[in-house]
Amino acid sequence: MSQHGEAQLPAVLLLLLVLAVSWVLWSGLYKPLLLGLGVFSCLLSVYMALRMGFFRNQAMMSLLPRLPGYWWWLLREIARSSVEVARIILKPSMPISPTLVELASQADSEAGQVILGNSITLSPGTVTLDLHEGKLLVHCLTRDTARELQAGEVSRRAAALERN
Amino acid sequence: MYILVSIAILVTMVLALVRALLGPTVYDRVLAVNVFGTKTVLLLSVIAFLYGRPDFLDLALAYALINVVGILAVLEFFQDRSRKQQGADND
Amino acid sequence: MIDVVLDVISWVLLALGGACVLIGGIGGLRLPNFYTRIHAASLTDTMATLLIFTGMMLQSGFSLPTMKLFAIMLFLLLTGPTATYALANAALLSGMKPDSGVERDRGASGGVQ
Repeated sequence: MSQHGEAQLPAVLLLLLVLAVSWVLWSGLYKPLLLGLGVFSCLLSVYMALRMGFFRNQAMMSLLPRLPGYWWWLLREIARSSVEVARIILKPSMPISPTLVELASQADSEAGQVILGNSITLSPGTVTLDLHEGKLLVHCLTRDTARELQAGEVSRRAAALERN
Repeated sequence: MYILVSIAILVTMVLALVRALLGPTVYDRVLAVNVFGTKTVLLLSVIAFLYGRPDFLDLALAYALINVVGILAVLEFFQDRSRKQQGADND
Repeated sequence: MIDVVLDVISWVLLALGGACVLIGGIGGLRLPNFYTRIHAASLTDTMATLLIFTGMMLQSGFSLPTMKLFAIMLFLLLTGPTATYALANAALLSGMKPDSGVERDRGASGGVQ
């Protein structure tokens, strides 16, 4: 990932399209003034994203088509772990055994690491506390979830997402 | 059904408020306020369907946007303060 | 026929979502310290959001409200973990010890007061 990479035209156009569609969906009015304001705010948003360096990340576009499959897997994972956490909370004895796990990310790019960290936080029972140079510090509600995390399926899947 | 769900959400909002009042740390309170905020978004969406008024969905989206920015701003404030305190301790 | 099936599925999803919201709220009160409470909050933030929004999307069929619901759900699911991470990381940086185990609120001494 280079800090000074060229902004990619397809990514810019995609963002513009998403912004325009959401403006039209949300406003639902087609007067010239409102459409003009919409065009203005879409262009302003894209300009600000450009200045922020939103498009410097080369991996962005290539992992978009693989996201739905990953989301589907993550959804099932979330459902499973929520049932587990709900059972723990409702048990009168509350059998928690909080554990800290340090996880090395298999993804190289920043985008991959952020996806991994957010996926871990998203599934109940595990929270990313710190992400620093490819190392994640994860807080787990029970020892079992910690063991599962160390088996590394999330990490492997997140890394597979950005492989070309 | 929508009534039951909105009651469940309201009860949880009250529980989150209790947690926000109990504390004991600032972060517990911020967490409770965050939960309260996301539950507000859920409640607004459910109300949109309960009364059959889809315009409430726009309010829900606006609230979701404000909530995230608000939480991040509050955290930035506390993080800054704790760093300054650490700096003062080191001197 | 298919309408009835969709109705039943969406009711089940809404009921499960309501249950998830409640369990998360109870967990937020019952769990002993800050880092464990995050888990309860993430239960209401992810699972309940998914269930309730999916239930409502099934109710409204293929229409504009469904698109809006989907957009709101996606936004909540993308920003939720970021806010939680910022919160947990701020607590960690402030010196609150995460390995205080199952003890009740021992981490409180490290917080900003």
